[in-house]
Formats: sequence, structure tokens, C-alpha cells
Amino acid sequence: MPTLRIPTPLRPYADGQTEISVQGKTVAEALGDLTTQFPELKKHLFSEAGELRAFVNLFLGEEDVRHLQGIETPLKDDDMLRIIPSIAGGNH
Amino acid sequence: MTSLVDITQHIAVGMQPLDMEGMALIKAVGNTPLLPLRRVVQDISPDVEIYAKAEWFNPGGSVKDRPAFNIIRTALFEGRLLPGMRLLDSTSGNMGIAYATFGAALDIKVTLAMPDNASPERVSILRALGAEVVFTDPMEGSDGAIRVARQMAQERPDLYYYANQYDNPANWQAHYRGTGPEIAEQTSGAVTHFVAGLGTSGTLTGASRYLRERNPRVQIIAVQPDSPFHGLEGLKHMPTAIRPGIYDPAIPDRTVEIPTEAAHEIVRRLARQEGYFVGISSGAAAAAALQIAAELDEGTVVTVFPDAGYKYLSDEALWVY
Repeated sequence: MPTLRIPTPLRPYADGQTEISVQGKTVAEALGDLTTQFPELKKHLFSEAGELRAFVNLFLGEEDVRHLQGIETPLKDDDMLRIIPSIAGGNH
Repeated sequence: MTSLVDITQHIAVGMQPLDMEGMALIKAVGNTPLLPLRRVVQDISPDVEIYAKAEWFNPGGSVKDRPAFNIIRTALFEGRLLPGMRLLDSTSGNMGIAYATFGAALDIKVTLAMPDNASPERVSILRALGAEVVFTDPMEGSDGAIRVARQMAQERPDLYYYANQYDNPANWQAHYRGTGPEIAEQTSGAVTHFVAGLGTSGTLTGASRYLRERNPRVQIIAVQPDSPFHGLEGLKHMPTAIRPGIYDPAIPDRTVEIPTEAAHEIVRRLARQEGYFVGISSGAAAAAALQIAAELDEGTVVTVFPDAGYKYLSDEALWVY
């Protein structure tokens, strides 16, 4: 199963866990499983309209999934997806 | 604002010989314009005015020039930043740029701990100014950078002067002596509400202490993100963050929580409706100031716009064209 890495500020909403195994073949499915396991995370990651909040960055390796196929980016079983705030506007 | 003569005298009696030519740059810190919000304002009483301190007019490009210079000045005066030592601190960007600017002007080497998700613009600016940057885990955010800086300072007290902007009283004192009196003077004492974002809390703490002494009825409003996970650069969600030592929770009369998306929207409107090209924390400050203003029949609301928008151009979420 793919693994999601949770940033410090969100760990209180995920039972304090750093890494969480999720089910899903795409980023969208993985996030869906994550917020099913930990419903409190949902409002921090998604807007009321159900869209990923604009400042939430998802990195697969060193690549922002926005530059891959967005939330439809496929995930392999051994993939690690990192959730990072765009705290200072982007990455480098 | 402390006059340049006072500053020069302080440094002249300090332990470290300084390049006095560097003082010319420091003269440009503070006394920033107070700009009105006009077209971005909707549905408020005609007797309510809103103003913002345009802090990007500082030589280092942000409000952080004020505390950075005061911290350096105080450390030199007290003999804690000695020849051959490096100034060390954690930063999400602007404080580092301010330290690096004055470090270059005064020939003081600067080392900064900064989360690895800092924008490429910030990293490039710091490198251009000759600062050393130590990247910290982006998953840990600004609190992670604080922990790394603390650790480095503990291991090499001979090498580093740990400026510690979160706990250093010279931070808020810069605003007590500069930002607060400037606001009082520029509004001819009319300010009724002061609105400021909470990062180190230096701006809110220092300016509010001055404004309250002058007029105990002035209302103080703190601004913070609505969630511990946010995109409001430079701001802290106080209930979940490492609380700065200089933060006095008794100071604000109210705290307003702003979602990142609301700040983004106002950043775009400030650029397009007012010609104020500002950064994300200015958007949060403006959102809170507009919210407060909408509740009033009369009054003068003043907030602080910490920096300009240049450092956020790479933020794809912000600039929706």
C-alpha cells in the first residue's frame, strides 16, 4: 500500500502518526482513504466544495503532483506521498 | 523612532568595531508610508477609515528590518555579538533577509535555519546577500527551524550569537519605539483599532504597548491562521505552535482567524484595486482589518502590511490569472 507522510501540524488529527498506509491507485484515492481513516483531517486538506485546498502541496519523491497528473497521478504500492504546506510559496 | 545619532552612539560604545558607512542604509529603516484602503473596502460606514503601514518600503523589503536591526544593535551594545562570531537564527524568510542585509552592511556573517519549503525567491535573495542557509525538514515547518537553530547554538556558543527573534525583547521593543509612535503620529492620534498578524508577535506586542499607553481605549486585534496547517507565510497558529517568549496573550482584545484562501483573495484585490502589490500575510491582515471595520460605526483601523508580493510570484495557488 502507498504511504502518506503527515506534516507535524496535522499529526494531532491523525492520532499523532507520522506515516500512514493508505489504499488507492491514485493520489485522489489515497487522500480519500486517508480522510476516511481520519475524518478530522478533511477540513484541513479540502475546501467545503471538496477540492484540495490551494496551499496544500503533495510531493511524490521530489515532484509536485501538480506537475504530474494532479490528484489523478497514479500511485504504486511502494510510493511515499508527502503533504507539505506551501508556507513560503512553492518549493525549490 | 530612535534617531540615528542615538543608534550610532550605542554602537560606538559596543564591543565590535563597525563600518559606520553601513549606517547610511540603516537610516532608511522605518518611517514607512501609511496607505489608505479605498476601493477594496465594501459596505462599511463612511465614518470608518482603514490604513496600512507599507512595510515593504524598508531597505530589506519587509517589516523585519525593524526588529533585525534592533536585535543586532542591542547584541553589539551588550557585547554578546563579538568579533568573529556569526549571527544565527531561524526564519521563514523575511527576518533572514533583514539580518543578511544589515549583516552585509555592518560586516557581520549570518547563518539562518529555514524550512526546506521556503520559496526559491527567498533562498536566492539570501544567497545574493551572502548569508549561509541551513535547510530544515519542511514537514516540521517553522518550529522545526527553531529547534535546529537552538541545537546549533547550544553546540557552538563560541561561534554563534543566537539572535532568537521569538524570545528576544529587542524584537518587540523595535515596534514600541518605531511602529507604534509612527502610527500614532500618522493618524494624528486618531487610531482606534490596531490589527496585526501573529508571527513572533513582535509587531503586535510592541506597537500595542505604545498605543495603549497613549490611549488605553485603543482596541488591539491579533490575526492568526484558522488552522495549524496553513499557507500564511510568517504567521503562527498560536494554540498549536511553539509560543514565542515575547508573546503576551493578555495584549489582544480579540483574535481573528483567517483562512489562507481569504488572504489569497484579498492579496489579488489589493494588487488590482489599490495598486498595493503585497505578500500573503498582508492579505490576512487586510482581511481581518476589513472584518473589524465592517462592525464599526466610526473609527480608524490601522494594520501592518509586512512585505511586498515579489517573493510569492512562484506561488501557483496565489496568482490565479
